[in-house]
Amino acid sequence: MNALKFIIKYQIHDTLRSKWLIIYTLFFAAISYGLLSFTNESSKVILSLLNINMIIIPLASLVFGTIYLYNNSDYIILILSQPINRKTLYLGMYLGLSFPMALSFLIGTGLPVLLFIRNFKEAGPVLFNLFLGGVFETFIFVSISFLIATLNENKMKGLGLSIFLWMFFSALYDGLILITLQIFRDYPLEIPSLVFTILNPVDLSRLLVILKFDISALMGYTGAVFTQFLGGGVGFAVSILSLLLWSTLPLMFGLRSFSKKDF
Amino acid sequence: MLKIRINFLLLLIITVYHSSFPKTLLVGKNETIKTLRQAFEICENGDILKIMKGSYLENNLILTKQISLLGIDFPIISGNKKEKILTVKANNVVISGIHFMDTGASFVKDNAAIKLDSVSNCLVENNKFTNNFFGIYLAKSWNCTLRNNKVISSQKKQTYSGNGIHLWYCRDITIEGNTVQGHRDGIYLEFVRRSLITHNTVSKNLRYGLHFMFSDSCKYIFNRFEQNSAGVAVMFTHHVQMLHNIFINNWGDASYGLLLKEITDGEIYNNKFIRNTCGIYLEGCNRNSIEYNIFESNGWAIRLMANSMENIFAKNNFLGNSFEVTTNSTRNYNTFRNNYWSDYQGYDLNRDGIGEVPHHPVKLFSLLVEKNRPTLLLMRSFFVELLNTAEKIFPVITPETLVDNYPEMSFIR
Repeated sequence: MNALKFIIKYQIHDTLRSKWLIIYTLFFAAISYGLLSFTNESSKVILSLLNINMIIIPLASLVFGTIYLYNNSDYIILILSQPINRKTLYLGMYLGLSFPMALSFLIGTGLPVLLFIRNFKEAGPVLFNLFLGGVFETFIFVSISFLIATLNENKMKGLGLSIFLWMFFSALYDGLILITLQIFRDYPLEIPSLVFTILNPVDLSRLLVILKFDISALMGYTGAVFTQFLGGGVGFAVSILSLLLWSTLPLMFGLRSFSKKDF
Repeated sequence: MLKIRINFLLLLIITVYHSSFPKTLLVGKNETIKTLRQAFEICENGDILKIMKGSYLENNLILTKQISLLGIDFPIISGNKKEKILTVKANNVVISGIHFMDTGASFVKDNAAIKLDSVSNCLVENNKFTNNFFGIYLAKSWNCTLRNNKVISSQKKQTYSGNGIHLWYCRDITIEGNTVQGHRDGIYLEFVRRSLITHNTVSKNLRYGLHFMFSDSCKYIFNRFEQNSAGVAVMFTHHVQMLHNIFINNWGDASYGLLLKEITDGEIYNNKFIRNTCGIYLEGCNRNSIEYNIFESNGWAIRLMANSMENIFAKNNFLGNSFEVTTNSTRNYNTFRNNYWSDYQGYDLNRDGIGEVPHHPVKLFSLLVEKNRPTLLLMRSFFVELLNTAEKIFPVITPETLVDNYPEMSFIR
């Protein structure tokens, strides 16, 4: 346990020292501040922040995560020569990266929002879901990127896979849903589409925001099914469970292959 | 002889006096006339009936004389949840300052607090109506005025509730400054001609705020329709004028700011549609002009079904609606011009205030959603934005003629 603490501490120090995390934070801060100062309509700002949530966070987490593990391979080998459990090292590095990244998202978008908090009087639950989604996405995609980097020795292949996965979750997946919904439109699709959505963390965090936005009213019967499910305690619990599974499953697979890996 | 003559003259004077000058009768617990029923029997045309403060239980009162009913400090006339209260069958009746409450609900009868049946020149003013089945019911009447009444109920079920103000086969009625809440339909008109509905506030009704059918040449001005569970629905009518009304917060699964069905030659000017699921829904509507309206933060600003033709949408402001316009066909026979669209992304090189790039308010995604509702799930997804952009550059599916060729660059006042 002490070793884990030590590694997390070291990794956080290491990540905080590197400039890209500061740039990442400043990027969020600049975009949020810009959006907020252009308009005082909180809904517009939240939707733009949602776009950042859906595109930037998965991309950044996947690419940073993969590069991070590749760049630190010498350090990993060095540490592994010490009497330190492999799982501890892996977990330490994972938490050491994902915590600062999630934090920089929270600070980068949170501070400007706090500055303009008077514009967000009625938007409390939406904001909460927005930040929740962003934090979870960071953890999920960092864990996926670690899995990719562990499984692939080839850097180009690993990075390519990361970018493909980003494309898949942010865009292609929705295309597949759309095609499915169009092909089977004569059937009741509320439950299947709900399942599809829950299976993709990006879609899930998007839905958590737009449902709070009362977009559910636009959807008639479909909307009623969604609000009933996701608006209620069970639905929220299921969403959180899905997000938790998404962040732990890749981590567990990564841990397993990292433990067996021959460096 | 002379004495007899003088007596006769006196009698004559008294009779003339009595027939030409109205009496004022007081009704109340401490007066000689205790009940309204009694008063209605005694009184004559032209009398004034002053009803003192207090509580009166009355059912099925029928007024056949041309009198004025004035309440002092809002006396309560209660139907005790049994039957209707007052039916007026005489012209020139004035009813003012009375609090009517608790008519009985019924599946069979239209129990109303006040029913004006085949009369003219009546005035219903400054009354309160609480928990009635129907509030004010006018049948086959003309030239009547309903002014500044508060018609409030708290009905629960659509099938077991009545309308606030209900007009059937009427003409030249003025409905002004009333507040209607918690009924089935707030204001309901069927077969009504040339009436004016103005400055009313209609909110929180179980079905429609305003509902009319076959009611030509009526005017609706400065009304406010708020949080009615299905908004406002108007059907089968021509030459309607709707000016300066506010349709706000009619938000829900089946809610419309304004639902127009088979409306022709109407004028819809200067209205505000704010936060409705659907601002205006048009089905089978022809030759209407919809101008100088504001559509703000609606789900759909306009849903235009393909069986509507020759409608003109001009000089409207569209601000931050989820979907600006949607339709269910690739063809369009309506005109959109000189509107301000907050989603417009073109430019104005010659600085005449009108964008050079035409604006296509129908997006590919809105067309998809119109045909397949569950796809709304993908709203604001990255992929959908990509699709919309692609369609905008090469329009294939969206109606090419549904376009604003002269989009305004700034908010139209």
